[in-house]
Amino acid sequence: MAQVLARELRVGRRAAHTRAYLIRRIISRTALYVFVSLMSLVFAAPLLWMLSTSLKDDPQVYRVPPIWIPHPIRPANYVEIFTRRPMGMYFLNTLRYALPTAAGVLISCSLVAYSFARLRWPGRDALFFLCLATMMIPYQVTMIPLYITFKTLGWINTYLPLVVPAFFGNAYYIFLLRQFFATIPEELSDAARVDGCSEGRILLRIILPLSKPALAVVGLFQFMGAWNDYLGPLIYLSREDMFPLALGLQSLRASFQEKLVWPYMMAASTMMILPVIIIFFLAQRSFIEGITVTGLKG
Amino acid sequence: MGGAAKRRGHKQLAALGQGLLFASPWVLGFLAFTAYPMVASLYYSLTSYDVLRPPRFIGLENFRFMLFSDSLFRIVLGNTVWFVVVGVPSGLVIAFLLANLLNTDMKARPVFRTIFYLPAILPAVASAEVWRWVYNPRYGLINSVLKSWGLATIPWLSSPALAKPSLVIIHCWAQGTAIVIFLAALQDVPRTLYDAAVVDGANGWNRFWHVTVPMCTPSILFVAITGLIGMFQYFTLGWLLTQGGPNNATEFYSMYLYRNAFRYFKMGYASALAWGLFVIVVSCTIALMRSSARWVYYGGEAL
Repeated sequence: MAQVLARELRVGRRAAHTRAYLIRRIISRTALYVFVSLMSLVFAAPLLWMLSTSLKDDPQVYRVPPIWIPHPIRPANYVEIFTRRPMGMYFLNTLRYALPTAAGVLISCSLVAYSFARLRWPGRDALFFLCLATMMIPYQVTMIPLYITFKTLGWINTYLPLVVPAFFGNAYYIFLLRQFFATIPEELSDAARVDGCSEGRILLRIILPLSKPALAVVGLFQFMGAWNDYLGPLIYLSREDMFPLALGLQSLRASFQEKLVWPYMMAASTMMILPVIIIFFLAQRSFIEGITVTGLKG
Repeated sequence: MGGAAKRRGHKQLAALGQGLLFASPWVLGFLAFTAYPMVASLYYSLTSYDVLRPPRFIGLENFRFMLFSDSLFRIVLGNTVWFVVVGVPSGLVIAFLLANLLNTDMKARPVFRTIFYLPAILPAVASAEVWRWVYNPRYGLINSVLKSWGLATIPWLSSPALAKPSLVIIHCWAQGTAIVIFLAALQDVPRTLYDAAVVDGANGWNRFWHVTVPMCTPSILFVAITGLIGMFQYFTLGWLLTQGGPNNATEFYSMYLYRNAFRYFKMGYASALAWGLFVIVVSCTIALMRSSARWVYYGGEAL
């Protein structure tokens, strides 16, 4: 009722003041576009500046006012960082622990989420609540005893401290998958149970195939989290040949004289950012859905 | 009768076994990587421990030192509280406004959304390099533009007064996750509410303040809580960009904790700091949740 009335009112007003309405609309639309464009320029500026600097030669870097489009373009910056530092090795090292952690959280979190979402057992909800509550615990609280434990096990300067915990679940991803699994109709599982399927088979054959978007989000979030992580590698890796990109970038910075550093550092940063941007564009929709699920129901 | 109860008991036990079996990765992980370290951390916080020699029990000395004698701790706590109190609301307001702008029927909305979202998922190490260069006092993006307009340059990270605000600006730049959460909430606000508001003669500002904001309070609470927890653990950008300087202006809690643990090898004192952090984060989270009864509107089902 209210909706119809409002629409009538608007139509009525529009008929009476068509010109004034049009002019006001054009002005407000233009203002909106100008403002949003300006804001996005401000937000994009640091990255455009990074890209631009990464292709400059030294004299162009120190020009005032700044140059946005380098001339001449110097792609050699991207090649030369590989001779300064073993960037290729850092890159492979990052993959060497980022990929296993993604596999780890996918396996462990889908099992746990299945238990919390689809199995009925005493104490389930209390444990699920406890699982959610652990998200409040700062990393720093468990960091020191874990470091001491891993040191005793001789795991320093291996990828084990970064990889092994991923195989034991992660509250955030468990929550995300649980929310997703809960939306799958119970009838599907019941039908399979009647046919004598075990819970493991139901998870493997019914739930997981229907949850590909959610699994993609978890795998990608974890991969990017590991790719972007700095504190973990900083604590556990001190040997240069084990460095991932996050530590390698600092090592590259240290290898230069301060004055010559900018185009190279920006080229290396661009290279580190590029895979993240590619992943984002390939999986944009799943990403946004993944965040939305946790945001709304949290 | 007894047989039936017994059978039910068996069934319950079987269900419990199966449930725990599937949940076992998390249960074991919780015991090994959360519960044990928290207890161990509490024990270490009562000791003097440098990793080389075994921990030596010293009672509450670490906490006494932290609360009453460590003048640097007071500065660090002040910095962190400042950063949380200024940074979390600034990020939240920026994200909410940008989400509202994106929620209009603009053309090219996906392009704008991507631009606003991307900074949030970039590696902090790379963001740190980019901002180090943007903030460079002589040739950085901002100061060379200011110079070319004949204006005075800004010392950014090298000034004790401006270092924290400079980091807040970077924080506001990387609000993509909050923007996406708010955008989803905005799309769930029923149109009928706006139409009703128009009938009641509400202008744009009133519609925003009395319809949009209340309807989004659940997401605002979520973003505030996650923002708060994250901000208390702020480490990488500060560690890389300022190293806590100038003059300890950006020495935040997590950085000070890391320094004590892995630079000075004061594992006992660092564990006390860690428990301090835990208590602060949990109390703030609970306080925020308690307060939510007064300002968060859960009215979805009434519509």
